[in-house]
Amino acid sequence: MLGRVGRRTRERLAADAALLAVAAAFALPLLWLLLSSLDTEADLRVRVPGNPGLDNFSAVWTDEITFTPMLNSLVLCGGATALTVVCAVLAAYPLSRYRSRLTRPYLLTVLFTTCLPITAVMVPVYGLFVQVDLIDTVYGTALFLATAQLPFAIWLMKNFMDGVPRVLEEAAWTDGASMPQTLWRVVLPLMGPGVTVVTIYTFIMLWGNFFVPFMLLLSPDRLPASVSIFTFFGNYGSVVYGELAAFSILYSTPVLLLYVVIAQRLGGGFALGGAVKG
Amino acid sequence: MRARPVRWLPLAPATLLLLLFLAGPIGYCVYIAFTDMQLTGSSGTSFVGFDNFRRAFADPGFRNAVWLTVVFTVVSSILGQNTLGLALAALMRRASRPVRTLTGTLVIAAWVLPEIVAAFLLYAFFRREGTLNAVLDWLHLPTQNWLFGLPILAVSFANVWRGTAFSMLIYSAALAEIPQEITEAAEVDGASGLRRLWHITLPMIRRSIGTNLMLNTLQTLSVFGLIWAMTRGGPGRRSQTLPVFMYDQAFLKSLIGYGTAVALLLLLVGALFSVVYLRLMKVEV
Repeated sequence: MLGRVGRRTRERLAADAALLAVAAAFALPLLWLLLSSLDTEADLRVRVPGNPGLDNFSAVWTDEITFTPMLNSLVLCGGATALTVVCAVLAAYPLSRYRSRLTRPYLLTVLFTTCLPITAVMVPVYGLFVQVDLIDTVYGTALFLATAQLPFAIWLMKNFMDGVPRVLEEAAWTDGASMPQTLWRVVLPLMGPGVTVVTIYTFIMLWGNFFVPFMLLLSPDRLPASVSIFTFFGNYGSVVYGELAAFSILYSTPVLLLYVVIAQRLGGGFALGGAVKG
Repeated sequence: MRARPVRWLPLAPATLLLLLFLAGPIGYCVYIAFTDMQLTGSSGTSFVGFDNFRRAFADPGFRNAVWLTVVFTVVSSILGQNTLGLALAALMRRASRPVRTLTGTLVIAAWVLPEIVAAFLLYAFFRREGTLNAVLDWLHLPTQNWLFGLPILAVSFANVWRGTAFSMLIYSAALAEIPQEITEAAEVDGASGLRRLWHITLPMIRRSIGTNLMLNTLQTLSVFGLIWAMTRGGPGRRSQTLPVFMYDQAFLKSLIGYGTAVALLLLLVGALFSVVYLRLMKVEV
């Protein structure tokens, strides 16, 4: 028994050591971000700032660098998220509740679309947007972003909705409630956490999306933060690394906070996990 | 019972969006791929059959991009994210709680950060005067000009840094579902750690391995922002994977038709993987 305990402890120490080594490798780039943001003389190495302060933050705390792009991001991603979630809730209801020959093919198509590399569609989307005059419009870009997230959102939402028992709905039906009323008053309140997860997840994905707005938006004053950070810091000859780090932190904070909200619910194999049985 | 078609009406908005903004572009993609459309003077667009594809297969730039995409996918997704994710998940089951929490938080933070921020961080990390070389120097190991000498390796490692959390989460969930008795029985029988891993653990989580490999591969195939912000596909073409090559041809060289043909090939590979995935996993819907 003693030997067994001893081995367990040895195993734990070895695992701890290995994990700490990996953790260090993951921490270094993040450490650079934190330290450089406080250092006006930051360069490309991790180092403790000689004279730490918030100067970098106040330097980027302007309309041009921070507020306009962040507001653009909020409008673009917020609008697209709202559209995605509304469409996903509506679509999930019949897919979850009614039986039809078409349900399975529809869901399989949705799942198939989830897996497609959206990057590859961007060249034709650009061409199409030029033809129909949607290029460089915020609503056009939001429509495309919403559609790109839609398959996964439908899939998640349908799985969450499957978890809501039908008994209450049947009661509502008997009381003469219409379908929209049932969905709004009975089903949605019961799957509040599910809707929250889909909403936040969609928003995080869109907030970080670089390629779509990079392709479809051209005017500098319409660019969201994901693209403005690139054009502003990526194209200039001499980069002020401290300011880049400070803005990166400002830009990343919303999604990091939102992730914490849903982290508990996401758990392990959430991504398509519901798809895999057995 | 109510009128049947009305019940399916809520499906309309989603379907409309998917048709207009996803099926539409894919159809358009198929069409343009067979034309010689260019950004400049697009009036003279004409149908050219399989010319773009013939051209692609004869183009050293395209073959280079295919090869780099394979390297990028194998190194960063199959060897990197997948193996490291499994190792982390397995180690976390044995490690003490604070270490587990710390590692998990850091790995997940790297995943949640926006792509472009991750790209800047790893650019700084891999630059000649960056942190990696500082660490190597400190350890008295030879330093490298990573982004210049081994750009495809640098972006692959960057993708490992950014994407391992997904594998870690999938495998953590899978390992947690293996019944304790099975592992203990094998331990009592005296099976060594490696044998247990090979004969018991891996077979029991093979479905998760399949899911994870497929999703990682599909995700990695379409990485653009990370590479673009770190190296722009360079120096020369030495980190120009297919998405970057496609962008370069279509927009920087103005060959929309040719770029779209490349996009279509990428789409087909992705579609093939998706179908295999859906088949393998025997999805229940």
